[in-house]
Amino acid sequence: MARITFIQNDGTERVVEAEPGMTVMEAAVKNNIPGIAAECGGACACATCHVYVDDAWREKTGSPEQMEEDMLDFAFDVRPSSRLSCQIKVTDALDGLVVRIPEKQF
Amino acid sequence: MSQDVIKTDAVIVGAGPVGLFAVFELGLVDIKCHLIDILDRAGGQCTELYPEKPIYDIPGLTVVTGQELTDRLMEQIKPFGPEFHFNQRVETLERLDSGFRLTTDAGTQFECKIVVIAAGGGSFTPKRPPLAGIEQYEGTSVFYSVRKMEHFKGRDVLIVGGGDSALDWTLNLAPVAKSLTLLHRRGEFRAAPASVQKMFDLVEKGDISFKLGQVTELHGEGGKLRSVTVKGADGATFELPTEVMLPFFGLTMKLGPVADWGLNLHENLIPVDTEKFETSEKGIFAIGDINTYPGKLKLILSGFHEAALMAQQAHKYVYPDKKLIFQYTTSSTSLQKKLGVK
Repeated sequence: MARITFIQNDGTERVVEAEPGMTVMEAAVKNNIPGIAAECGGACACATCHVYVDDAWREKTGSPEQMEEDMLDFAFDVRPSSRLSCQIKVTDALDGLVVRIPEKQF
Repeated sequence: MSQDVIKTDAVIVGAGPVGLFAVFELGLVDIKCHLIDILDRAGGQCTELYPEKPIYDIPGLTVVTGQELTDRLMEQIKPFGPEFHFNQRVETLERLDSGFRLTTDAGTQFECKIVVIAAGGGSFTPKRPPLAGIEQYEGTSVFYSVRKMEHFKGRDVLIVGGGDSALDWTLNLAPVAKSLTLLHRRGEFRAAPASVQKMFDLVEKGDISFKLGQVTELHGEGGKLRSVTVKGADGATFELPTEVMLPFFGLTMKLGPVADWGLNLHENLIPVDTEKFETSEKGIFAIGDINTYPGKLKLILSGFHEAALMAQQAHKYVYPDKKLIFQYTTSSTSLQKKLGVK
């Protein structure tokens, strides 16, 4: 189990438990975290599950692959810490992960 | 615009996998179909969102990609000669004495006995950047597609994005605009490398400029854009004089005009019964992701099932005097004839 903290733009925090193997997007959707629309259902095809990974966790979550980087072109206010949460696989090493939800998804 | 009205048995709104399979089920009961889709090809989300992604829950196919499934469905419905009308969106639906009249945004008119709405998540429309006040500029200073070149003639044009649309229009509008800036968040492009090269050639010649960054604010009044604030790659912001902006951020799904067709709706979905998959209006069916009923699952296979049951009821409207005898494709010679295998 990995505990993931989602921080909304207004500062509200929610901690959810995620099983290794699932994606951060799935953990968010399963727990009704607002702001993760995941319109395409996790196909890396829409950029509506955009999150900012907390700086302390960026190394562990890694950087986007080509397709994800391309898809981030469709996100709003993309920053160096931007990721599509459907492309971050939960592992035990990500226990404690903190991600922020952008003010606006497209 | 006065085209002949197309008369047919059924009009299917949406050419995604479920709309395509509806052609098959309706074809088996001798109902002829026309399909209308806003995209330029069949497949809906399967080909637009995930052509290369594997689907694992189509019965009998261990794994199939969105494109492959679409290709196979197209092959499967060939014997029924469906006719496609792409790049069009159905705007209005009127009830006639016998059946319905549908009109698309291209002015094409259809008269049919039944309507099957298989529009999935709605019609694909360009994404609107969530910039404060952008609505007031749409159609005057902000455009999501180029319909008239005059809108750009002699103006300060800003194109935002890094895909083929952004690059193609950069190249096409460069000679027309007073000034043209292409803005993209990074130095890599999804567009065809040749277009990217041409774009950089124009930058080199000083005809256009290319900037790295993202738009954060719009400035102007009365629907007239004056400038935009851009957050550059280094995080610093700058202002860019802009009279016309073309943002290209891909497509999203919106219910669109379906909402105005007088059907009962529930949270942007169309409630149907689970026997005939008929809407609150007799003769209008809704199948696939766009419908809702207790226990609904948004699965392609559920849409296929819905299509089969819908066709049974559709037959009653199209052939009120004929009794439909249920038959299997495995054993019925008449069905096999329709499929062209006998």
